[in-house]
Amino acid sequence: MNQLLNISSSPHVREKSSTKSIMWDVFLALMPAAIFGIYNFSIKAKSINAVLLIIVCIATCVLTEYIWEKCMKLPLTVSDGSAALTGLLLALNLSSTFPVWMAIIGSVFAILVVKQLFGGIGQNFMNPALGARCFLMVSFAGQMTSFTYDGVTGATPLAIIKTGKVPEGLAKPGLLDMFLGNIGGTIGETSALALLIGAAYLLCRKVITWKIPVTYIATFAIFFLIFGTNMAGVDSMSGEVLLQELCGGGLILGAFFMATDYVTSPITPTGQIVFGIILGLLTGIFRVFGASAEGVSYAIIISNLLVPLIERYTIPTPFGKEGIKDGE
Amino acid sequence: MNVCVERLKNGIITENPTFVMMLGMCPTLAVTSSAINGLGMGLTTTVVLTLSNVFISLLRKVIPDKVRIPAYIVVVASFVTMVQLLLKAYLPFLDSALGVYIPLIVVNCIILGRAEAYAGKNPVVPSLFDGLGMGLGFTFGLTCIGICREILGAGALFNFTFIPEDFHITFFVLAPGAFLVLACLTAVQNKLQMPSATNVEDSEAMKCGYCAGCAASACVANKGIIEAERVAAKAAEAQAKKEAAAKKAQAAKEAKAKAEAEAKAKAEAEAAKAETGAPAPNAEAAKAEEKED
Repeated sequence: MNQLLNISSSPHVREKSSTKSIMWDVFLALMPAAIFGIYNFSIKAKSINAVLLIIVCIATCVLTEYIWEKCMKLPLTVSDGSAALTGLLLALNLSSTFPVWMAIIGSVFAILVVKQLFGGIGQNFMNPALGARCFLMVSFAGQMTSFTYDGVTGATPLAIIKTGKVPEGLAKPGLLDMFLGNIGGTIGETSALALLIGAAYLLCRKVITWKIPVTYIATFAIFFLIFGTNMAGVDSMSGEVLLQELCGGGLILGAFFMATDYVTSPITPTGQIVFGIILGLLTGIFRVFGASAEGVSYAIIISNLLVPLIERYTIPTPFGKEGIKDGE
Repeated sequence: MNVCVERLKNGIITENPTFVMMLGMCPTLAVTSSAINGLGMGLTTTVVLTLSNVFISLLRKVIPDKVRIPAYIVVVASFVTMVQLLLKAYLPFLDSALGVYIPLIVVNCIILGRAEAYAGKNPVVPSLFDGLGMGLGFTFGLTCIGICREILGAGALFNFTFIPEDFHITFFVLAPGAFLVLACLTAVQNKLQMPSATNVEDSEAMKCGYCAGCAASACVANKGIIEAERVAAKAAEAQAKKEAAAKKAQAAKEAKAKAEAEAKAKAEAEAAKAETGAPAPNAEAAKAEEKED
């Protein structure tokens, strides 16, 4: 009888997911890439630096958030895992030989400046991990772009494709190596396979939708097919070069894990497609015509800044309001 | 003399152009990559600001109101040209470091703002100190930002390097670092409640739209309107207060009269009671009579 008299206000059907569950889902989805990064850069290369970077970045991010919220007497949001996720993403975006103390500065910047100073979780104007990556890129360009693989410090496959110059002692990377991750690069970006496993998990769990990643990668592919031959290293367009461009660099990591960040991507369905197209165009322009071989992180943070504008122009019309203009 | 000291304090602390009024942001963000650049830019601006304030104050009765802005610009531009030629001759390193920002002093809003808000309607000596105070405040702000950026970004202070190159955070020497340092210093200034025009609790200066009390207000017409509105509002308030007071007084008077009348009636009734000994039937009879009427 009691059951029948239970009164509650709508909504009556609730989604069980919470910030915490989504953050840990993404964290879990990044595990294949992180484990592969550790295997590739720590176990194979017999250097502890990659593991250390991942641990230190996560710890610093969580600690910074905890200390700031304690000092400012704010509600603690450490347990929702957003700070830990920022730390993991930042570490995956660093070169395996990056000095640890610089990573600490980057983590503090990510949480303190990009996230907390703008109001904490849900208020950050750009992806904290990418904001910090660009901060480190500007501050310590040398250490950020020095990639070591198999004990040899050399150009990344993307740089080889862009300049067309194959350094001595290095072979031109094959497509399979780039797909599996047997190449130089940041800790988390090298293995397209590991990243795609994580991305499939996120899509299955409905944490992310296909809209942003697919439009992003498709726009970039079309842009590259049209303008790719402007790069010094691309004599003629072929499917292999295109797939190498897609597997190399941070494109997959960025498209599935960072461009889809809830706070800094549009919530409207049309807006997400517009967002993906802008991302693809910017990445293409940066990679083909820019000075550096990589452009995903700058493309994402610039597009992050456009999100409020995109949302404003793509608000869907409510049912029954079709044909009625504002103010009528 | 008091006015002069007050003007100096106003420029350096109360209405510091950099941290309180946020004026002249272009040179503030662009040239403060090192302490020496900030200091040089600040002092150059101080010289131009002081001289232009003095001359505009001297000419304030000659310049027609309608063309005052072009006239101010001509005065300021003349001084900027002089200062630029002097810098080129005697401090060429500073000239090349500051580059295009020296000619741009002409359009620096602090200089025009002071001319419009102060020098254009005040005597020469206070204007001189106003320019000097504002200029020194600007110099102070720029040097502070320059020091922070140089230490963090280049590991040096006034070109004396004391942190090895591996530990330089280049970010702070570049443009985004300028925004971050400026914001942090302003936040510190606000957090510590330093004595400035914006840190006064519950003052009229805090209320938005109170341009009349704001020395940076450049629009004279607006100022007049707002001043008039304020006076009117005050007068209305005073009137309302007066009326309320009068009403209260009247109410009090009435209440008093009523109380007195009641007291009187009571006294009379008591007296009547005492006289008659049996007032109740009388009263009832009276009531009955009234009803019949």
